[in-house]
This record gives sequence, C-alpha cells and structure tokens, in this order.
Amino acid sequence: MVYLTRKAEFSASHYYDNPEFSAEENRRIFGKCNNPNGHGHNYTLEVTVKGEVDPRSGFVVDLKQLKETMSREVLDALDHRFLNKEVPEFFNRIPTTENLAIAIWQRLSPKLNAAKLHRVRVYETPDLFVDFYGEA
Amino acid sequence: MKAYLTRRYMFSASHRLHSDAMSDVENSAIYGKCNNPYGHGHNYTLEVMVSGAVDEKTGMVCNLVDLDEFVRGQILERFDHQNLNTLPEFARAVPTTENLCMLIYDILQRGFRGAHLEKVRFEETMMNSFEYWGENRVIE
Repeated sequence: MVYLTRKAEFSASHYYDNPEFSAEENRRIFGKCNNPNGHGHNYTLEVTVKGEVDPRSGFVVDLKQLKETMSREVLDALDHRFLNKEVPEFFNRIPTTENLAIAIWQRLSPKLNAAKLHRVRVYETPDLFVDFYGEA
Repeated sequence: MKAYLTRRYMFSASHRLHSDAMSDVENSAIYGKCNNPYGHGHNYTLEVMVSGAVDEKTGMVCNLVDLDEFVRGQILERFDHQNLNTLPEFARAVPTTENLCMLIYDILQRGFRGAHLEKVRFEETMMNSFEYWGENRVIE
C-alpha cells in the first residue's frame, strides 16, 4: 500500500452562526467569526489517497486525473466563494474547518476510482488544520 | 463524525542537555554542543492534536478559544522565555525535546477537558521534530 498526497489552495469567506442560538450566544461561542459580513482565509487542502502500485504504470493513481477531480469537485465549487451563501452543504451547516473537511471528503470519495481516499486535511491557516478520515 | 484538529503554537526557551547520572566526559561525548554549560535556545513549535465528534450545533471538535486559553495559561506562560533547566519539571529530567513532549502531553491530558488528546508534536528546529501519542497508541 502506498499513500499519495496532492495539495491545492483555495480562498473563500465564511462566518459562523447557528440560528438556534440567541444573538448573544452566537457572539459568545463564535466570537469574531460571528460577523455576518464574513471574513476570508487562504485554505490549503491536502488530499491523501492510498492503493497498490499498478505494475504497468507504477502509479497508485493517475495524478492528472486526481488533480482534475479535485478541481472539478472541490475547487470549482469553493474557490472565491462565500461558503455560507454559495455552497449548498453550508446553507444549513456551519462552515467550520471540521465541516469543510467532511464536505470535501463527501464530494471526493465517490468520484475516485483507482485509489481509495485516505485523508482530507484542510489548513485554515498555517497554524490550524483539521484531518478527516471518513470516520462515522 | 469524528475529526482531528491540530493547532500550532510557538514559544522560545533555553536548555542545556546534561545528565547527573553520567560523568562530564560522557555528557560531553553524548550531548556534544548541547552540553555547553551556559545553555542555548530554540524557537519551539508545539503542535497539539485533539479529536472528537464534530458537534452538530457548533460544527466544532472543540472550541478553539478554550484550547488556546488552556495552552496559553498552562503551557506558554510557564515555558516561554524560560531556561528549562531551572524549572521544577526538569529538576531531575534532562530537558530534551523528547521529555518536553511527554511533559506537555501530560499537562494537556490531565487538564484539558474540551476534546480527546491525540498527540503532541514538537519542532525543535526546522530539521528536528518529535511526537508523543501517549503510551497506548501505536502509529499506523
């Protein structure tokens, strides 16, 4: 089994607000992230896939295909978007880095053929990142 | 759904690697430049990884403000700009980054209640890093 990681970057804005909470609770729990006008990050995405090395190609996965899948399924939908307003997963779910990692997993996992998705890592900043392995 | 959140912090401290269990010659042979009696310093990068179910109401594994406050109060304020050898924690243990890793893991494990602690990782320099997952965890 070999693991291959491909990185990508995207920039997006978001804010955190749960309509079930009062305005005061939202401010207390989410702090500055509660500003309804949103704020942005340069996100770094790391997608790790795993699989056996194909004896003919020497590849775990065709990197060109992986790159295209990531662009089509993830970057086209998220890059330069306001996540709360433009990405359906976040119409009713808070676009935290945790939920972003889960959403990216759910977008990619069914679209990968040869290799199996192992991990999605999303850096919100260089000092904060979340890993999701598809665990329930 | 279970996710793993990692936060990075920085602090600067000095230390000297010297073991009273060894002769001066042995100390010098084993620790080399790190045995310099006046000590030397590093900019340490501390990585704390916690895990847990993502809370449906907040979308979070744990509130970062709580983790940041704990680390600032219990770790950064205690270790930043200190000479590690002078701290009670290192009265008997050599302040290697291995021992620092285990000490910080222990502080988080005992005191931080916001999420499950997975791992403590230190970068002593850009070239050296150390991680500790606790005793019961084997890294795949």
